Amino acid sequence: MSVNDRSLTTSASMNMQGFGNSSAGSNQSDEQVEPASTLSIFSLDMKKHEDIKQMLDSNKENLKLDAMRRVIGMIAKGKDAGDLFPAVVKNIVSKNMEIKKLVYVYLMRYAEEQQDLALLSIATFQRGLKDPNQLIRASALRVLSSIRVPTIVSIMMLAIRESANDMSPYVRKTAANAIAKLYALDPELKDELIVIITKLLADKTILVNGSAVQAFEHVCPDRIDLIHKNYRRLCNLLVDIDEWGQLTVLHMLTRYARTQFVDPNKTYEDDKKSFYDDNETEKNANDDEESLDKKTYIMDSDHRLLLRCTKPLLQSRNSAVVMTVAQLYYYVAPRSEIHIVAKSLIRLLRSHREIQTIVLKSITSMADKHKEIFGPFLKSFYVHSNDSSHVKYYKLEILTILANASNISTILREFHTYVLSPDKEFGAQAIHAIGRCASTIPEVTEACLNGLVGLMSKKDETIVAESVVVIKKLLQINPSQYGDIIKHIVRKVDKVTVPTARASILWLIGEYSDRISKFAPDVLRKMAKIFPDEETIVKNQILNLAAKLYVMNSKQTNLLVQYVFNLAKYDTNYDIRDKTRLLRALLFQADKCPALSKNAKKILLAPKPAPLLESIIRHHDQYTLGTLSYVIGQAATGYKDLPDFPPEPSDSSVRNVEIIPVSTSQHDSSRNPKKGTTPGGKKNTGIDENFFSDEEEDAEDASTEGPDDEEEENEEDEEEEEEEESDEDDEEQSIENKNKTNEYEQLDARSPTIVENQPQNSESSEEEEESEEDESESEESTDEDEQV
Amino acid sequence: MIHSLFIINGSGEVFMEKHWKTVVSKSICDYFFEAQKKSANPEDVSPVIATPHHYLINICRNNLYFVAVLTNESAPLFVIEFLHRIMDVFEDYFTACTETTLKDNYVIVYELLDEMLDSGLPLVTETNTLKELIKPPNLLRKVANLVTGDSTNVSDALTSSQLSNIPWRRLGVKYANNEAYFDLIEEIDAIIDRNGTTIMGEIQGYIDCCVKLSGMPDLTLTFVNPRLLDDVSLHPCIRLKKWESEKSLSFIPPDGNFRLISYHIGSQNSISIPIYVKHNIQYREGSAGRFELTVGPKQTMGKSLEAVAIECAMPKSVLNCTLTPSQGKCTFDPVKKVLTWDIGKIETNNQNSTRLPTIRGNITLAAGQPIPEGNPTLNVRFTINQVALSGIRVQRVDMHGESYKPFKGVKYITTVKNGRFQIRT
Repeated sequence: MSVNDRSLTTSASMNMQGFGNSSAGSNQSDEQVEPASTLSIFSLDMKKHEDIKQMLDSNKENLKLDAMRRVIGMIAKGKDAGDLFPAVVKNIVSKNMEIKKLVYVYLMRYAEEQQDLALLSIATFQRGLKDPNQLIRASALRVLSSIRVPTIVSIMMLAIRESANDMSPYVRKTAANAIAKLYALDPELKDELIVIITKLLADKTILVNGSAVQAFEHVCPDRIDLIHKNYRRLCNLLVDIDEWGQLTVLHMLTRYARTQFVDPNKTYEDDKKSFYDDNETEKNANDDEESLDKKTYIMDSDHRLLLRCTKPLLQSRNSAVVMTVAQLYYYVAPRSEIHIVAKSLIRLLRSHREIQTIVLKSITSMADKHKEIFGPFLKSFYVHSNDSSHVKYYKLEILTILANASNISTILREFHTYVLSPDKEFGAQAIHAIGRCASTIPEVTEACLNGLVGLMSKKDETIVAESVVVIKKLLQINPSQYGDIIKHIVRKVDKVTVPTARASILWLIGEYSDRISKFAPDVLRKMAKIFPDEETIVKNQILNLAAKLYVMNSKQTNLLVQYVFNLAKYDTNYDIRDKTRLLRALLFQADKCPALSKNAKKILLAPKPAPLLESIIRHHDQYTLGTLSYVIGQAATGYKDLPDFPPEPSDSSVRNVEIIPVSTSQHDSSRNPKKGTTPGGKKNTGIDENFFSDEEEDAEDASTEGPDDEEEENEEDEEEEEEEESDEDDEEQSIENKNKTNEYEQLDARSPTIVENQPQNSESSEEEEESEEDESESEESTDEDEQV
Repeated sequence: MIHSLFIINGSGEVFMEKHWKTVVSKSICDYFFEAQKKSANPEDVSPVIATPHHYLINICRNNLYFVAVLTNESAPLFVIEFLHRIMDVFEDYFTACTETTLKDNYVIVYELLDEMLDSGLPLVTETNTLKELIKPPNLLRKVANLVTGDSTNVSDALTSSQLSNIPWRRLGVKYANNEAYFDLIEEIDAIIDRNGTTIMGEIQGYIDCCVKLSGMPDLTLTFVNPRLLDDVSLHPCIRLKKWESEKSLSFIPPDGNFRLISYHIGSQNSISIPIYVKHNIQYREGSAGRFELTVGPKQTMGKSLEAVAIECAMPKSVLNCTLTPSQGKCTFDPVKKVLTWDIGKIETNNQNSTRLPTIRGNITLAAGQPIPEGNPTLNVRFTINQVALSGIRVQRVDMHGESYKPFKGVKYITTVKNGRFQIRT
């Protein structure tokens, strides 16, 4: 090392002392987050980096580590640290695990930008792939596959192929994860990758399965044939796979079921139809037999297996898993079984706001199709005043969907409170919801209308406006009955100021002017006076009203209509001017277009189809429930529709496999966790294969579990109350104990020494001890007992 | 698949970013800020935002926004759940997940993010395994590092190359004092209408555990009345089969704090509400109104109500409130129009209504404004110790697999999550 270098190093270390006394030891302080330390506050970016470079080049681990931390700090803040690449990459050979890790983090961020230099690091990874430590092998593969440098594709391929055969399931899992990354880098490798995926799919370890399915989904989701042989095993192991793996597998299985099994609902309906048809047409014995054959639809046993194995996952703590199972049931299960998902979905409504929003949206679609399953949970959808606006909106939507003749009165009462809520927008939505209920449930239409008319006398503008709009729509559906209401509304026209509401009222007057022939021309007179000051939407309706009145009652309104048309002719809005021109030609210039003018009345007062009071959510149903596309209402990149059920089921024999003896269960592996694991990790496959398996596969378990269980039962039966208190712990801890036990009810029957310390609890626990079958009591046998 | 993550503080500064794939420019967050600006309430930002080339999924917790960037179709719930899990892990590591703790521990944060996601796909999310790979910061280590001058976050265990066979529990756990605490917490959700009838009442319960047991303990927890638990979600450590057949929880616990189960008792079951509020709120023409509340306990199983507080969002036209409480403290925020009455403890034994906490006074309305249409909703909060309202009780906890005798304790609390207990007036 030259003198110069040496001095640089020392100065760097001097810098460090000034800068980092606090940081070298006490982890990260704020100065580190700001790379501009006390020393270099005014220096340029280049200089700052110079500082770090020197530290990275030093031969002191501490300096290097600190430098790396500062580099990571820069990356974390989104500042460019790309020019440090050579200095950083050198340290990849460091013995210090943390330096190494941080260099990996750096590499994954910058390798793509500096591909040539990144190649320098490859040799280290290749060495790492041969390391005896499984974690090092895995992390080498992980980084190697994450650095996105196209020139090393072949090296990656080789590494993945080797790692897929590794003894350690952890490394194999990493290999499976790497497949998707390599595929993204070079799609041409697809065929080779499929070979590896096939192998990993058949892996015996559940740790690997989740990732293998993930790779399958990324690379070749259309090669459904690869799943056949693994289908039953994946179903059976599903509960043991980690929650994120469960998600992928569930998605894949949903798709699998949609391609391999027949629709459980459709078959049934078709059969019913054919059954009745048969009855009507022919009554041959043969035919009856045939229809009987058809009618008894028997679900494929594998289809049943899927439904049975996914059901327990509804109890997952992971909302995404619960939702995906719900989705699976929605798309794959027979109609009569979908109801079991409802309860779990309702439970999710207590989760974070974001989760609530998505779940509620999905429930909206599900409820729309299967009203009955959410019926019992109606009250869970009642709105709390501090729900977020999305949550309120969806809840309202669901309540509207669930409304029926029997529960409508409670729902309407609930809606009525919403209308008066301080959240005006929500109030307006509630009014709209009332309108929808009124239009779908004939029994309450009248009551709803009266309620809405009542709302019109409220002082709040938005409430009045929304009521008018909804009333208009309702009247349009069934105008003949409600002449009185129309009159009532007409009187409101002067008071209502919200443009949409005014427009609605004017439209109503024009449309049903025959019912209120006395009022109508007078309304037009008033409107003509204030025409220039109105909003475009209102002007439009004034023109409509004028035209319709002219058609109905030209004698009385002729001059008035002319006046309005003249005003409109010079309006600033060209739509209004155009419309005036059209109407004028239609009504007053019969010579120009006689054919149209003759039919002016028919054109203007043609019976109009009643509007459907519908929600906007319905249109999102084209996308698969719970997907990103579904939530945003547009197809996201990479979205694929679920395939439809095939008309004929696939041959179930493709899923047959030779029966492989099932491994032992969780209890054994977990109780002797070290069994079979040797340092070096090359031989631990034996134990990892049965990785926390929850499945208590009967036969095998009976033999291993049996005696153990009996022992346990014995323990419990004996109910020995020989409790000893080991009170010789150091003072600190016993104090802690005291504090805690004051709040906690003891589950153990304790010795008097402790009991004295907690007067609150002592009574209860003593009592319970005596009355042996009590709650907070816990029986624990001593070691000697266990051996008996 | 999560492409990138941006962490944004309350004042809209992106103070941390992490990219698992090609870097996405920070400017993508502008779409998020735009959405944020549009919504009046921070709660109202849509969790999923579509931009021309990316999709943003955001969560908001502790006044921090986590914005994940996606480029492809993936289930939004998965992303949301994962973001919350990241927050949970941070909270576990740094006790609180705030801007300061994240900035202070940015290296650990970065290492954790790197470990939790592998190019956008979840890798390790169990805190126990993570702690095996990356050491959490603690005071003791800080001191030790200061003395030795050596500091490293990466766990020594890494060299041993052993991974626990149970992903949620690390190996080689040792405690001098073996203890296991179970907190059974129940939160009541209720809506009570102006006549005092319960329109809707639900209970959401949790068992939060703090287990500090050496080795590989195998615990079994049984309930006195498990059939009350009809709708539960379980920590992955619980053996499903045992639960389904015997309704007992059999599990090897993770080390440290975790939520064992959460359960939900729906509105179909009738729930006794332990509190009542008599209210009389009237607005009168001529810019004044009366306001009167009385709070009392009801069916509390002999326990007293603690930390009782009532919050009331007044209509915009209310200028001020002059109220005098018989107990506790009352404040009115004239900007947010929120009235808060902190009552404190209400003993159950003083049944005579004269001694029940009351608040009385006048409301001043802005002159010239119309009288508010609807009366405000009261948000009630309270806690009852030593009672689980649903009546669920733990019968016993047994331990197998280890020879020592642990201390085991269970605690019951009934409480209310903010804003979930509402009385309409």
